[in-house]
Parts: sequence; structure tokens; C-alpha cells
Amino acid sequence: MLASDDDILGQAEAWRRDGKGVAVATVVETWGSAPRPTGSHLVIDQDGHFLGSVSGGCVEGEVVTEALDVIADGKSRVLEFGVADETAWRVGLSCGGRIRVYVERVD
Amino acid sequence: MRLDLLAELNRARAERRAAVLVTALEGGAQRLVHADAIEQDPLAEQIDAALRSGKSGTVEADGSSWFLTVQVPPVRLVVIGAVHITQALAPISKLAGFDMTIVDPRTAFATPERFPDTPVIADWPETVLPPMKLDRYTAMACFTHDPKIDDPALEQALAADCFYIGALGSRKTHGKRLERLREKGFTPQQVERIRAPIGLDIGAVTPAEIAVSVLGEIILALRKKPLRVEKAA
Repeated sequence: MLASDDDILGQAEAWRRDGKGVAVATVVETWGSAPRPTGSHLVIDQDGHFLGSVSGGCVEGEVVTEALDVIADGKSRVLEFGVADETAWRVGLSCGGRIRVYVERVD
Repeated sequence: MRLDLLAELNRARAERRAAVLVTALEGGAQRLVHADAIEQDPLAEQIDAALRSGKSGTVEADGSSWFLTVQVPPVRLVVIGAVHITQALAPISKLAGFDMTIVDPRTAFATPERFPDTPVIADWPETVLPPMKLDRYTAMACFTHDPKIDDPALEQALAADCFYIGALGSRKTHGKRLERLREKGFTPQQVERIRAPIGLDIGAVTPAEIAVSVLGEIILALRKKPLRVEKAA
């Protein structure tokens, strides 16, 4: 709710108006000690530039990668991240929390 | 998300209007609901509750999951008094994401040279504040200790139900201030909302330390308790 949210969604709009492919990622659910609250945004452009955060930096790389797919195929998806565990997750949250992130393209 | 919805959401934020973006987590259908048009929406009850709490979240209705992105206006900080503490508060409140404006009729204090990155208005609070439309997403800190300057600002902050109201001054100074406000017709419940002595008790001594204690107190008021929306209900 701080002013930075403003810049994040404002940046998404500006990128789109510049003709770039853009995706918005939103934390839609958290369990346990999650670093960023529900409603936090990360916005990504087609070149992999991003602004904002959905975790403390733990899973942003993975979200950006998935966002590039969303920008390419236009299909929204829900990603889930949990405790770092190489058998279950490629990346994880070392804090022990779990989060769900909704990723959608701006059309 | 459609670009027009994103633009409308950004516009609502710029105009300090609360709004909720409703997203169907299956299928991705979306709509933007403004605070003044909740009643007509099928999810009126859930949207109203989300807006009151100020928190985004997932709700279930008719066997579907909906995500409500709650957007309340950005938090503003209005500081009365372009004093030394204010010079320290300006950069740290910017860092914390607050939209700060300084008001002080004393032109020797209220200069752009003293506040290079923050809007400073060299005029009386009773002139400056009404067009700013103080609201419950606004914090006010008064640092002049001059009743001619601070009192009219405090009266407007109380009337607007600002989520944080603080005023510099000793307990004795504050006691007299409360008497004056009560004579103006404010109730004891209203005036006891004014935080004085201002700032968290961290033993602050220097102007910069006091600025940190005040910013901490504002964040506490913002985050620890729900915004005063619930009480207004």
C-alpha cells in the first residue's frame, strides 16, 4: 500500500503503452511466514525487466521465467512455491512459508 | 488483465479513490469495482469486507475462487512546521513510500532550499488544508508548537479522521492544547487520538532521531491496527 505499488502498476501500464509484452504477477495466497503480503505485485516486460516483488527475492527469477511464457501464450496461470526442497520444488522459500502467485498478461 | 482496466486502476490511485479489482482465478475474467459502486456487484458483501480491512485476498463464491486486489489511496503525510525535525523526516518518509507535504506560514522556514525534494507550502493551514481534502489515509504531524499554526491543522485532522495525528510538545503544552480543542467542541474520545509527546519512546534526542521515532509511530498506526474504516462503519 506504499507509494511504490503505484510505480509498479504504473510501470506495467507504461511498458504496455510502449508496445511491449507485459505480465503482472500477484501474490494471491500465503501460508506461514511469507515475506510479502497477499496483493503484492511483480511486473515483467518481454525482455525480462521487472519491478516489484512477490517474495524476498527467493522466487522472483522463477516467476519472471514463467511470466515470459505467459507473455508469449497469453494464458494466465497460478504458480505455487513452498519450502526449498529439491524433490518438490525447483526453487523455494527459505523462510518456510508457502505462496501462490497469479500471473497474467496485460492485453 | 485488460490495459483499460489497468489504466483505470492507476487512475483511481492517482485520484485517491478506493477500488477493488475482481479476478476469477479460473478463466481470468476481471472487473474493476469502485468504492461508490459496490452495491450493484454480485460480490458486494465480500468486496465491501475486503475494502474495510484494506487487505487483498481470495474469496469463494458460487463454487468459484475470486481474487480481490484492494487498492486504497496511497498514504499521505502532512507535516505542519518546516523545522529541523521536518528536514530529517522528509527523506526518510520518502524512502518509506509516504507522499509528504509540508505546510508552514513562516516564509523563513518554508523554503525550497531547506526541502529540495518535498513540496513546501508557505501559507496557513486553514488556507492550505481544505483543498487537500484530508482523509483517513492521511497522517498529520504538527511540529511548530505554536497554537496559531498547529491548532487549526489539528482541528481539521480530527474532523477528517486522519489515521495518525501527532503533535510535538511537552505534557504541559499538550494539556493546554487539549483544553483548547475541547472548548472548540471536540470530544475527549476525539482529542485523545492525538499522539503526544509525539513519536515512539526510543529515547530520541536529535532532530533526526525524533524523525525516526515519529515515522515509526506512523507506521505502527498504519500497519498494526486496521485503518479506521471499521470504526466508521
